[in-house]
Amino acid sequence: MEFFSHKTRIRFLEKRRYWYVVSVLVIVGSIVAVVARGLNFGIDFTGGVVVEAHFPQAPELERLRAALNDGGLGDAYVQSFGTAQDVLVRLPPAGDQAAREVTEQVRVALASVDAGVEIRRTESVGPQAGRELAEKGATALLMALLFIAVYVVMRFQWKFAVGAIVAVLHDPFVVIGMFAITGMTFDLSVMAAILAVIGYSLNDTVVVFDRVRERLIQMRKASPQEVMDAAINETLSRTLLSSGTTSIVVIALVAFGGEALRPFGVALLVGIVVGTFSSIYVAGALALDLGLSQRDLMPPEKRGEVDALP
Amino acid sequence: MSKFPVWKSVTVLVVMLIATLVALPNVFGESPALQLSRRDRAEFTEAVVPEFRTLLETAGVPYEAVTVDDDGRLWIRFVGVDQQLEARDLIAQRYEGQFAIATTFASRAPAWLTAMGLEPMSLGLDLRGGIYLVYEVDVEGAVEQLLQVMERDLRKSLRDARIQYQDVAARGNQVVIQLRDPAARDAAVEAIQDFDNTLSPVDGAMPGELILALSEDQVKQRQDFAIQQNITALNNRVNALGVAEPIVQRQGLNRIAVQLPGIQDASEVVRVLGKVATLEFRLVDPVNSPLEAQRTGRAPIGTRLYQQRDGTPVLLKREVIATGEQLVDASFAPSQGEPAVSVKLDSRGGDEMLRTTRENLNRPMAVVFIEKEREQVERDGRKVVIDRSKEEVISVATIRGVFSNQFQITGLTAAEGTELAKLLRAGALAAPLYIVEQRLIGPGLGRENIERGFKALMIGMAGLFAFMLVYYRLFGLVANCVLLANVILLTALLSLFKAALTLPGIAGIVLTVGMAVDANILIFERIREEVRNGSSPMASINSGFERAFSAIVDANITTLIAGVMLFAFGTGPIKGFAVVLNLGILTSMFTALIGSRALLHQIYGRRRRIERLAI
Repeated sequence: MEFFSHKTRIRFLEKRRYWYVVSVLVIVGSIVAVVARGLNFGIDFTGGVVVEAHFPQAPELERLRAALNDGGLGDAYVQSFGTAQDVLVRLPPAGDQAAREVTEQVRVALASVDAGVEIRRTESVGPQAGRELAEKGATALLMALLFIAVYVVMRFQWKFAVGAIVAVLHDPFVVIGMFAITGMTFDLSVMAAILAVIGYSLNDTVVVFDRVRERLIQMRKASPQEVMDAAINETLSRTLLSSGTTSIVVIALVAFGGEALRPFGVALLVGIVVGTFSSIYVAGALALDLGLSQRDLMPPEKRGEVDALP
Repeated sequence: MSKFPVWKSVTVLVVMLIATLVALPNVFGESPALQLSRRDRAEFTEAVVPEFRTLLETAGVPYEAVTVDDDGRLWIRFVGVDQQLEARDLIAQRYEGQFAIATTFASRAPAWLTAMGLEPMSLGLDLRGGIYLVYEVDVEGAVEQLLQVMERDLRKSLRDARIQYQDVAARGNQVVIQLRDPAARDAAVEAIQDFDNTLSPVDGAMPGELILALSEDQVKQRQDFAIQQNITALNNRVNALGVAEPIVQRQGLNRIAVQLPGIQDASEVVRVLGKVATLEFRLVDPVNSPLEAQRTGRAPIGTRLYQQRDGTPVLLKREVIATGEQLVDASFAPSQGEPAVSVKLDSRGGDEMLRTTRENLNRPMAVVFIEKEREQVERDGRKVVIDRSKEEVISVATIRGVFSNQFQITGLTAAEGTELAKLLRAGALAAPLYIVEQRLIGPGLGRENIERGFKALMIGMAGLFAFMLVYYRLFGLVANCVLLANVILLTALLSLFKAALTLPGIAGIVLTVGMAVDANILIFERIREEVRNGSSPMASINSGFERAFSAIVDANITTLIAGVMLFAFGTGPIKGFAVVLNLGILTSMFTALIGSRALLHQIYGRRRRIERLAI
């Protein structure tokens, strides 16, 4: 079975200016969303107390809020977690002694609504730990980009590296923007998902570049744009198929993996879709606009070899 | 004929056989179990097994097996959690306080697998429930303690050299000496350097003022020492709790992470681990009136005002004779029917104790018990962290004889004595600890996390298998076999490395499965291309693999770079995800590039003529 005709000849790069505009708009939109709405950071980053509770019968959140308020926990944030019977209560940071007291207060307040409540998980994170996590995450991101750039320069050429890095940078923006717009909890696992997305998106980009490298040498008469288009078209079925298969499992993760893995799964899913787009439209187009030509990929020793052939 | 060499096929076969064997214990799953260790640190022997069997049988608690492991711990395996908990209560009641009883899981794998040292992946806290704590070590407190020792040593050396001083006091990262006579400055410097030639005092702003600052190296060394000692102390305390597979490890500069699987009683854990207890032995000031000091709120120079447990004030000399740091052992040992804690100090503490007791016979000495806690409160709308240090004199006892490194503290109730001895025995601390992160996962949630994680994995894989089979037919079947081999390899590696499987780890496996087929898709698409270009079937397979090779390697290495960074900078759960992701990339490269080729060779390689490929 095949979904894709053998010889797609979509001229992806002809309209690249439009796609640049789309990309820039999306990135600007993401930044605006983050600035305007902010991210709903999990306690990994902000510090605080989280209590996950399971009720035998679905409770009314309003009654829980009232009970917490009466218990002196007016700043508690209550949301249902996965099912209507599961509830998540989030509170601002407290010291370690206070954290246990707060947890106990929450338990008492929830039990006043329904005595059958089961406390499934409590977490308390100090505020300073969060700042460190954010710093470490940012460091990991930068180091990953740096090393990837070095590798791409080594294996390909700097114009490819710039295209790849910009294309890859584009993806976290969109994922973060999506989290700002939907208000989904941005926790540590989302950070991990973003790094995985970077790896994944690069994977796509590198496969396209690999084909460009191959084709640039073979198609000597063609313009770089034609070569790039040919490479993208030839790898198109693989790019879409791989995104599709990865999406199958990630969708399973989002649908069946439970609430704890949902933000992670959603970040991955969005990242995969955007990553596919950026590999096709952003990475190659940028390399092209940086003036990529056949000459860039002809190492001197390789040419000598070709010349020596009869 | 294919040009795929035989040795490669053999390698693949051998690797897969070994991997299957290593991964096998995971198939059998785990049973709830109890792990008993003796509090007196002696080992269990096989001889006790019948005793426990009888106990459980008479109480009518069904069990699967009772065994003793190589470390002398007793394991009892159960069918369900209910029996496990019932048995725990039963044993706790029957052998009051003799054993540390940990609720855990034991592999159900047959004995011959266990005998080969093969064990299933251990489950992380989020999958089995438990307590996760991150402590911050008060490294500044550790430096302060060092300064106090310096202060004491300086007083002593000045006294020995008969140089009079007004005050010797630690301030910030330095000790400031105020001499009574500025003319004695040179003599003082000489006396200090006679005592320790690494010290180099500098002149302060005031006449007769000398300042000794700690070097950066000294500060850092002291901080590292404090963290190492705390890790040792926490390890001891954790062991005393009797937790199966506890983890205590340094995290970053000044943090220690503690993982206690299977434990649910947070308050007991935090009480035993988190209470920061230090002891200080000080002489009581026999001259000045403590009531006077309490009234004026000012302690005479050279003394500090403390309170006893009943609230009565007591004035203690500033000099610390010995601290908890010099404590070697402490145990609750009633002597002559009276509760007493027997204390053993190291030689330095012992020397000082000998000197002090010789000079101060029949004078009172006090033991100060210091407990620290950190609390965050709101003040004027802003959050402020307050360090609360509770220092109280838990015993004032008259020095009845000259002693050095072994003595007894009396005047406690039995309960107080037991608790004090327990905390001290677990290890004296150099610096206070604060909890900065605390997570408790209930066992129910853990089970649910596993179930959900595996359900997602199974459904995802089923979807993937169906797709590959429909889209690539026989080649799809090959890809599916290879994918399964990849999961087996990954499981084997994780079991081998004894990496704990966590929820993010399961997510990593799911993602790996999704990404692993990519290599096969790359190869298959390339083979289809070759077929369309008119190559013969066998040539298409060969050049498909060859030409896809560089793309697969480059693509996987870039993903690996991101994964390695994730591992290098991630903490806790993120590291778990990164480990799985990275291993998955490596295994998928092996299975796709070599495994699937070996399999295709078995299918097509032997045929003389291949009409067309089922792709």
